Amino acid sequence: MDAVSLKNIHKTYDKGNVIAVDDVSFDVKKGELFGLIGPDGAGKTSIFRILTTVLLADKGSASVAGFDVVKEYRAIRNRVGYMPGKFSLYQDLTIKENLEFFATVFDTSIEENYDLIKNIYDQISPFNDRRAGKLSGGMKQKLALCCALIHKPEVLLLDEPTTGVDAVSRKEFWDMLKDLKQQGITILVSTPYMDEANLCERIALIQNGKILSVETPENIVKAFPVTLYAAKSDNNYKLLTDFRNFDAVASAYASGEYMRIIVKDEHPDSITLLKDYAEKFGNRNVEIKIIAPTIEDNFIWLSQKEANH
Amino acid sequence: MKQLFVFIRKEFYHVFRDKRTLLIMFGLPIAQILLFGYAITSEVKNSHISISDNSRDANTEQLINKIKSSSYFIVDETSLSEQEIENTLKRGNVRCVLVFPPNFGNNLLHSGKAQIQIIADGSDPNTAKTLINYLTAIIADYQQEISPAAVLPYVIVPETRMLYNEEGNGSLNFIPGVMALILMIVCTALTAVAVVKEKELGTMEVLLVSPFKPIFVLISKAVPYLVLSLANFTLIVLLAVFVLNVEIKGSILLLFLVSTLFIITCLSFGLLISNVTSSQQTALLLSIMGMMIPTLIFTGFMFPIENMPWVFQVISNIVPSRWYFLIIKSVMLKGLGFAYIWKEVLVLIVMTLALLGVALKNFKIRLE
Repeated sequence: MDAVSLKNIHKTYDKGNVIAVDDVSFDVKKGELFGLIGPDGAGKTSIFRILTTVLLADKGSASVAGFDVVKEYRAIRNRVGYMPGKFSLYQDLTIKENLEFFATVFDTSIEENYDLIKNIYDQISPFNDRRAGKLSGGMKQKLALCCALIHKPEVLLLDEPTTGVDAVSRKEFWDMLKDLKQQGITILVSTPYMDEANLCERIALIQNGKILSVETPENIVKAFPVTLYAAKSDNNYKLLTDFRNFDAVASAYASGEYMRIIVKDEHPDSITLLKDYAEKFGNRNVEIKIIAPTIEDNFIWLSQKEANH
Repeated sequence: MKQLFVFIRKEFYHVFRDKRTLLIMFGLPIAQILLFGYAITSEVKNSHISISDNSRDANTEQLINKIKSSSYFIVDETSLSEQEIENTLKRGNVRCVLVFPPNFGNNLLHSGKAQIQIIADGSDPNTAKTLINYLTAIIADYQQEISPAAVLPYVIVPETRMLYNEEGNGSLNFIPGVMALILMIVCTALTAVAVVKEKELGTMEVLLVSPFKPIFVLISKAVPYLVLSLANFTLIVLLAVFVLNVEIKGSILLLFLVSTLFIITCLSFGLLISNVTSSQQTALLLSIMGMMIPTLIFTGFMFPIENMPWVFQVISNIVPSRWYFLIIKSVMLKGLGFAYIWKEVLVLIVMTLALLGVALKNFKIRLE
């Protein structure tokens, strides 16, 4: 049995004018660390809210921990840990008070499942008497995670837990998720950061409410169907504009230091071809090489394919 | 049960850590009571008047002294010239001018008849009428004094008495009204805001995704404000008794019981507002603006309901504070017992149950 399962879920807002979730289906296996990857406005939060039973889908069915999200919502509410995208703790209560409150609301105590949160709680317990509103972003996330874990949930639903958190805290956070996975908790996590996708066991790429692909990160990268070229010059902006006007180039987009280029027809001499073209237009110090695609490249490839449909 | 207790304790933390809420809760009532008790008063006291004494004899002096000694008037000037009369009134320095014609005393003693002119500033007709009444009464009194032997064939002496408020203390009417007003606004606004705050912060989302029953959320929100409102009510009563000298004639216990009932009515209304709003601003605007005007107008302590067009009279029936005002007036000022107020209490109970029912039924177990 899958821990989370969605079948043809549709969700619209504004009387059907805004499509948030468009025919989404995917399953999360028990004990899996599953990532929902997509930009802002892709429909991630809507999916989380449908799964946590606080939002009703227009069409389709979904289940969490084996319970239907509509009919058996009470059972689900007992069994999931949920961390909404917006920081949702009481700013005017201290760390300890927040934790105690959520423990009681979930009918348990801090001591009962202490081993589960110990590693995380130890990092914030020195500030037990500090109010949540006065904590740093990273500490807030840790506290929120503690609160979501306090009742030892079967399924942990984390909506963009690392958004707005510094790089070090983000890494720590993912380490904590791995620890939790070891303890048998199913985790569904969403993020807009493509680099975090590799940390998940399986990911679903989502854009405009549509699932583009559900795979392991390795397979998604492997499935990249064409050769990807990376290029840079003294003036990357000019180079990019020139390549976009080049007949032989299917697509060109900026990505960090090197821009990415996909050619229309694969050719053993593509590098020379691109370089000659670039230099003809006055670009200097042009450097072109073949590069291994990342999740982000896949995402762009898939969303362009989807857009051309 | 423990969950409920912890939840309620959490609400108290919120209240005591938020200075603004505390200020609204306890500052507003004190300010209002003092404002209504002192500044805004319907009594006419210490009115400035001037006198134009064109006679200057023993009689005018006696009469002027009599006027001076009453607490209603402050006599600014006694020898105003005719030309100045209108100017003084125009400038608004005085409310009223008393004019003694020449030979006032002579006429009075010899022909047995003298005239006196009272010119009042009619731009505030109520005050003007009251002042004229006071002056006429003082003059009549003086007339009696100087002619004790006058044999009038028939005399009707009206003996008036202001029951329940012998001294004509204006705060007596205002206090119950202000109580109703404050409780209505403070209870409604604070409860509504407390619930909506959770929605705005996103904590409601987490609470919904918990085994905690939604009904308990509402109960936990209402209980702290019930306790605080009762403390508030006690404060108002203390202020009324010790600062504004209002005497409580009826049973204190009954007063607190009916007030608790009214507070619950207001809390239910606040919960209802929290159901239909999603931001603190809207909730606050709705509960303060939406409540303030109807409460002020339809409670009956500012404008008598009997004088309103029948449409408004009908509308006033659905304003809870109107009934509470009637109850408080009966218990506090007239010292009546439960037998005299059970109808109003029943109306409040029915209103509370209806509001609470709708609020609970409309409470969303989901976000939309």
